[in-house]
Amino acid sequence: MIEIKDLHKSYKMGSNSLHVLKGINFKVEEGELVAIMGSSGSGKSTLLNILGMLDEADSGSYDLDGIPIKNLNETKAANYRNKFLGFIFQSFNLINYKTALENVALPLYYQKMPRKQRQEKAMKYLEQVGLKEWSHHLPSELSGGQKQRVAIARAMVAEPKVLLADELTGALDSTTSYEVMELIQNINDQGNTILVVTHEPDIAQMCKRIVHLKDGVIVKDEKIKQVRAKAHV
Amino acid sequence: MRFLFDKNTWQEIFGSIGKNKTRTIITVIGVLWGIFIYIVLAGASKGLDNGFERNFETVAKNSIWTWSQSTSMPYAGYKTGRRLSLKVQDATTLQNRIPEIQYIAPVNTKGVFGGEAALGVRGLKSNSYPVYGYFPVIAKMATQKIYDNGRFINEEDEEQARKVCVIGERTQQELFDKDEDPIGGYIRLDGIYFQVVGVHKFTQTTPFGTDGDVYIPFSTFKKLYNTGDNAQYFTIAAYDDADVVQVEKDIKAVLKSIHRVHPDDERAFGAFNLGEVFNRIMGFANGLTFVSLIVGLATILAGVIGIGNILLISVKERTKELGIRRALGATPREVRSLIILESVFLTMIAGIVGIIMGAGVLNLINNLTQDNDFPYTNPTVPIPLVIGALLVMVILGTLIGLIPAQRAVSIKPIDALREE
Repeated sequence: MIEIKDLHKSYKMGSNSLHVLKGINFKVEEGELVAIMGSSGSGKSTLLNILGMLDEADSGSYDLDGIPIKNLNETKAANYRNKFLGFIFQSFNLINYKTALENVALPLYYQKMPRKQRQEKAMKYLEQVGLKEWSHHLPSELSGGQKQRVAIARAMVAEPKVLLADELTGALDSTTSYEVMELIQNINDQGNTILVVTHEPDIAQMCKRIVHLKDGVIVKDEKIKQVRAKAHV
Repeated sequence: MRFLFDKNTWQEIFGSIGKNKTRTIITVIGVLWGIFIYIVLAGASKGLDNGFERNFETVAKNSIWTWSQSTSMPYAGYKTGRRLSLKVQDATTLQNRIPEIQYIAPVNTKGVFGGEAALGVRGLKSNSYPVYGYFPVIAKMATQKIYDNGRFINEEDEEQARKVCVIGERTQQELFDKDEDPIGGYIRLDGIYFQVVGVHKFTQTTPFGTDGDVYIPFSTFKKLYNTGDNAQYFTIAAYDDADVVQVEKDIKAVLKSIHRVHPDDERAFGAFNLGEVFNRIMGFANGLTFVSLIVGLATILAGVIGIGNILLISVKERTKELGIRRALGATPREVRSLIILESVFLTMIAGIVGIIMGAGVLNLINNLTQDNDFPYTNPTVPIPLVIGALLVMVILGTLIGLIPAQRAVSIKPIDALREE
C-alpha cells in the first residue's frame, strides 16, 4: 500500500540546515496497523506529514497504492489527500462552528458529493463511532473522546486507502485513549490500513507492528503481538 | 457555477460570517453607508434637476427680455442721459439681422412696472388689473395655459385690433360670479368694453406676472393707450442650439446701432437672459450630479476596503480552519472562492440594503417637499446607475476579496495546522 525508498528531508533553520529524515525505507501492506514510535525530534511527525502530502521530501520516492507521489502542486495534493488519505490529529481539528455531522461530511463536500448523500454517509460513519445521537451538536458540546471519534469518522468517511493518525491520544486521558484505540482496532479489523504516530508505548503495543525512529533513521521494525484495547476498557 | 448555487457553499459562507456577528454587521454598515450616500446624493441631484426643469418648463429656456433705459455716454452728437424707447419696428430689424432669434414680440404694459393699473369694471364689481399688450406669438415663448373653452389672443385679434381680452384667474373670481361662464362675457377696461375670450391659468412665466393680469392684443393696446410705435420691452426666444450669451450681445449691439448709442454704453439697454440663468443652474445641477457620483463611489470604495480589511483579519483568525479544510481536500481554488464569495456576498447585501434605505430616504424627502416651491421633483436614480453601482461593488468586492483569499492559500496547510 505504501512504499517509500531512501527518503530525505531537511529543514533550513537560518544558516544551518537540520537533517530530519536521513534515508527512510519502509513498506506498509494493506490492512496493517503500524505504530511509528520515537522520541520528539526523531522525525516521526515529519515522516507522517510527507506521507500525508502535507509536506514534500527532498529526495527519495513515495508510492501510494502504486501511484508515485511526486511533483505535486497544491491542487493535486488536495485531491489526493481527499481521495486517498484520512487524517486524525492530536488536537482533533474539528471546525468549531459546524455540527459533528457537518464536520464529518466536509471531506465529501470537497468530493462534490450531493448534499443528501453526503449527510446519509456521514451519519452512517457517525453511527459507526457511536455518536449518532450527537450528530447535531457542536464540537464545544462534546467531550475530548467524542471529538476524537468525530474526527475518526471524518477521516473514514471518504473511504481512504490509508488512515494517518498523529498522536491521536495525546490530548486524552488513558481510559478515553483506550476507547479510541479500540475503535481504531475495529476499523483496522475491517481491513483498513492505519498508521499511528505515537510516543506512548502502551498505544504502540495495541498496533500490529512498531517502527522505531531515532534521529531520522529507522532503528527497529518489528511485528508484535497486538494487545486488544478492549481488555483495558 | 454549480458552486454558486450549492446550498452547502452558502452554509459555509453563513457559517463563517455568522461567527462574528458584530464585526460582520459593522463591516456591512461601511459599504451600506457608501451606497446609501451614493443613492441619496444621486437621487437628490436628479430631483433638483427635475425641479429646475419643472420651474422652467412653461418658458422657452433660452428666453431673453430686453428693455431700454437711458444712455450713459455721449455719442454722435447726443449728450449723455438721453431716454431711449424701443420701437415696434426694432423687433423686425432684430429678427432680420440676428438669425438665431426664433421669435420676438414687443410688449407694452400698464400697471406692471409702476404706473397706474387699468380699472376693470363689470357691473358693480371692479378692481385694478395690470394690462399687457401681447402679440399672439407670445404663446410660443411662454406657454399660456388657457382654461377650457377659452383661447389666447390670435392673429385676427391683432390685425383687426379687436377688443378682446384674456383674463387671469383672480380677475375672473373678482368680476364674475362663481358659476358664471366668463367666456363671451364683457368687462370694461379703463372705460372700454372688452370681450373675454379666455382665462389663463397662472404660471410664473415672468418675474412680474400675477394671477390678475389681463392680456389684450398689442394693436388694441396701442390704440387704447396711445403708445404709437413705442414698446416697453421685447420678449425674445432664441433657437435651442443658439449661444444665448452671444445672442444677447448681438441684440444689444443692433439696438445700439439703431438708436445711435455708443457701442460701449452698458446702461442704454437692459436685458434679462433666462437662457444664461438656466444654463448656469443646469450647469450647477450637472456639477452636483457629478460630485455626487464621485463622492458616492469614493464612499463605496472606502466601505469595500473596510470589508477587505475585515476579511484579512478573519482569514488570519481562520488560518487553522482553512488548514483543516485543505488537509481534508479543499483545493486552493475552493478556499479562494470561499473567501471571495464571502466578500462579494457581504458587499451585495450591504449594497442592496443601502439602495433600499436610500430609496426610502429619497421618497421621504420627496413627500416633504411635494407642496412647496423648493425645486425638487421626482428624485430618481436611473436603473442603469443603480445596476452600475452594484456592478462596481461586485467587482470591487471581488478585487478586494482577492487579497485575503490569496493570503489564505499562501500559507501551507501544514503550517496552518501547526498554528495553535
